Amino acid sequence: MKLLTHNMLTSHVKGVTKGYPLLIKATEVKVNEVEFNPKFVCRMIPKLEWSALVQAADQLGHREDLPGELVPDYEKNEDFLKKVHRVLLEVEVIEGSLQCPESGREFPISKGIPNMLLNEDEA
Amino acid sequence: MASSCRRPEHTGPPDVFYNEEEARKYSQNSRMIEIQTQMSERAVELLNLPEGQACYLLDVGCGSGLSGDYLTEEGHHWVGVDISTAMLDVALDREVEGDLLLGDMGQGMPYRPGTFDGCISISALQWLCNADKRSHSPPKRLYTFFSTLYSSLARGCRAVFQLYPENSEQLELITSQAMRAGFTGGMVVDYPNSSKAKKFFLCLFAGGTGVLPKGLGSETSDRTVANQVHYSEQRCRFNNMKGKSAKKGRDWIMEKKERRRRQGKEVRPDTKYTGRQRRPHF
Repeated sequence: MKLLTHNMLTSHVKGVTKGYPLLIKATEVKVNEVEFNPKFVCRMIPKLEWSALVQAADQLGHREDLPGELVPDYEKNEDFLKKVHRVLLEVEVIEGSLQCPESGREFPISKGIPNMLLNEDEA
Repeated sequence: MASSCRRPEHTGPPDVFYNEEEARKYSQNSRMIEIQTQMSERAVELLNLPEGQACYLLDVGCGSGLSGDYLTEEGHHWVGVDISTAMLDVALDREVEGDLLLGDMGQGMPYRPGTFDGCISISALQWLCNADKRSHSPPKRLYTFFSTLYSSLARGCRAVFQLYPENSEQLELITSQAMRAGFTGGMVVDYPNSSKAKKFFLCLFAGGTGVLPKGLGSETSDRTVANQVHYSEQRCRFNNMKGKSAKKGRDWIMEKKERRRRQGKEVRPDTKYTGRQRRPHF
């Protein structure tokens, strides 16, 4: 699971109103090379929840000295975009789990695929 | 039910049907791969994405990632959701570029609002019309799916579903639940006059106005229009309604039927006889 997906993912357990951000408990993290597309990263940045991304990257130990606040004028700052690209698309959680901050429900991640299936009483 | 043996969704739930053996077909059978790729191509065309821009897309029922491969080719990033672990394992073996997720579409899409620039789904939606467990209610599951999908799409985006509808009631069930969730749009039928090449695409718009694209290979273009589901008029009628109409009147009956239809229940079609009095008997 890439951190971009994690940033968009919420908990959909019944009764949970926000369920965001999901806490990552990773036991195995991998870094995969992905082609750098500055335009795509630029387009995704406004959609991101920046603090959640920094927090997630911090938890995995791949913060790449990202600032706590989003820098203005990031479109021209290629260095910054490269760092964001690395965190968003290259760092992947292979094994571990995601935890809903509200209900405490854990979604296991195995082979890089989070299991978001709910039990019947949770749907 | 002569056709039932030919429809995989009649044989069992999707997570059971797509076992290792079935999943292997999707990576080895070249005909299956070709058809899937063709349909994904058409679905992406119907999405009408801005040209030359990398988009963030959702692939519902991604399976082994055949449709995702096409998205990657076009330079898009995608997230795939599927309920079958065997199919996802095949996708892992094929080393697809997109991110994968194990999930049930009937339980809703767990994404933040406005995440995706579009959604495609190849031959997956018809699985939602079956109740595989006692707790499953197809209209409810369809509504959960469509309403969460609607919120996870950015405004003005589209969702394109290729599906094999069983009959017109099933189509009605799907479109009415999509409409309830706020989508506009309708069916696009490619090659309506051919029995083999005929393909159904449900093309939905999340906010904004769009003109429904024309189906391929339909020389009589008005045929496609006839197949369209007209949402707008129906929605208006309900918005304009103030208070309840007189009991037992035609309006009252129509309202009641509409309500039942929205609940996904079986309702007789509206005809000129609807709400008429019976002839007098002695």
